[in-house]
Amino acid sequence: MGYTVAIQDLTKDFGKFRAVDRVTLDVERGEIFGFLGANGAGKTTTIRMLCGLLLPTSGSGKVNGFDIHKENEAIKRSIGYMSQKFSLYPDLTGRENLVFYGSVYRLGRGDLKDRIAELEAHLELGGFIDRLTGSLPAGWRQRIALAAALIHRPAILFLDEPTAGVDPVFRRRFWDLLYGLADAGTTLFVTTHYMDEAEFCRRISIMHDGRIVEIGEPQALIRKHGRTDLQDTFIHLITSVDRK
Amino acid sequence: MIIEVTGFTKTYGEIKAVDSLDLSIDEGKILAIAGPDGAGKTSLFRALAGLIEFDAGEAKIAGHDVRTSFDRIKPILGYMPQSFSLYPDLSVEENLGFYAGLFGITGSDLAAKKTRFYEFSGLGPFAGRRAGKLSGGMKQKLALSCALVHDPKVLILDEPTTGVDPLSRRQFWEILFSLKNSGSAILVSTPYMDEVSHADQAVLVHQGRKLAEGTPAQIAGRFHGSLFRLKREPTVDLMKRAGAIEGLSARRFGSSIHLYGPPGYTVDRLTSDLERSGIGADVEPLQPELEDVFVQMMEG
Repeated sequence: MGYTVAIQDLTKDFGKFRAVDRVTLDVERGEIFGFLGANGAGKTTTIRMLCGLLLPTSGSGKVNGFDIHKENEAIKRSIGYMSQKFSLYPDLTGRENLVFYGSVYRLGRGDLKDRIAELEAHLELGGFIDRLTGSLPAGWRQRIALAAALIHRPAILFLDEPTAGVDPVFRRRFWDLLYGLADAGTTLFVTTHYMDEAEFCRRISIMHDGRIVEIGEPQALIRKHGRTDLQDTFIHLITSVDRK
Repeated sequence: MIIEVTGFTKTYGEIKAVDSLDLSIDEGKILAIAGPDGAGKTSLFRALAGLIEFDAGEAKIAGHDVRTSFDRIKPILGYMPQSFSLYPDLSVEENLGFYAGLFGITGSDLAAKKTRFYEFSGLGPFAGRRAGKLSGGMKQKLALSCALVHDPKVLILDEPTTGVDPLSRRQFWEILFSLKNSGSAILVSTPYMDEVSHADQAVLVHQGRKLAEGTPAQIAGRFHGSLFRLKREPTVDLMKRAGAIEGLSARRFGSSIHLYGPPGYTVDRLTSDLERSGIGADVEPLQPELEDVFVQMMEG
């Protein structure tokens, strides 16, 4: 079992402000990892470093085996990113959107066609891939967005509140698809404020003021801190750090 | 009832965004509306705030018709739209002052209000910060403060906590509880099922129609069946074997499995059924949540 993310003491300063403070994290290949924290805790800055978009001030590590200091261009090509805000072109069909993103990643014509067929089957896009994405219900649009983020076969996919605004039935189906992706070896790095979504993850970390204050399996963390649910555990951890 | 809506219908061309919806709220109560994007929540709220017309039905606030006497409603209504609508280039204090000015609140009245808002929102230390530079949670608290500036008796809040972290959400709800205790009626929409459970009354909507209503406990009690956690790593093989047991359906849930069974199914029976399928069982019963009820109702 290899690690898709392996970082040690990752730190980012903006002037005198330390946004990310010595974050150490290992995420296994095919793991679904929940990256939680309060607004402004440093999650976005950390993710930007993991995606190769921002160089750390100090610390070391690898994403998909590429060094985060020296190989950030290779990292960018090897990761996928999907967010609620991540925009598909509403006046293009799902398929046209996928062709567009495929060409951005320079997939060859034949390869792109095969890849779209593959995603169409795995993510069950058949009924709506040829409709304008702007006219689709949120749940279907989100599945097209997932396909677009996976078009270049990234080894790790970053998901930012992937199911916000989607109805519960779609949400459960979407998570079934995510579990399928993880089983096939894709690492999923999920940020969310939905604590029930966090519980779908295998392990989670909780970040506060630039630091990771806790990491582990959701149920184990609830038990460890003697709380009734994950939301309570989250609030307990953040407020108790503040009191120290 | 301070808010009374009957047969409310709103269409956009061919699409019925809200289809003959009824709801009502008493003073000193919180009514939560939960449903996915496109369920019709925002259309209803905009109509109640006098911003859009609607096609059929009636909506009254404090006895005044929203369509014909909105001038009477305006002074007692506070509305917080879903998208952040404050001035990003103005400071916290300037935004509050601006909204207060719209209602003719100035001078010592305004100063007293600021003190009170800073106290409940914790925004005091950030009074000089530009609204655009606030964190998500603080922005929402400022927007709420601005909606409260004229002491409205009725508050309509459209997804005020979306994108806000759990701690800020809890603080936001503490504010709502204190407003409710001082007699305000609050209509709030949310995508978070855990927030629905804080409300006095809840309505679940889907595609413009009401799926369920009642107290959160009443709605949760309508779950038909039983729910358990199987504390085993959800491998593909294990999921397949558990799902093959008659009457059971299995769902992955992080590093464990949720099993849905028929009503009256017990831990003992489940354990022996699992063992017969070669699954060493470590199970515990779970309380079905609102989302389980929601899913069950949607799947009919």
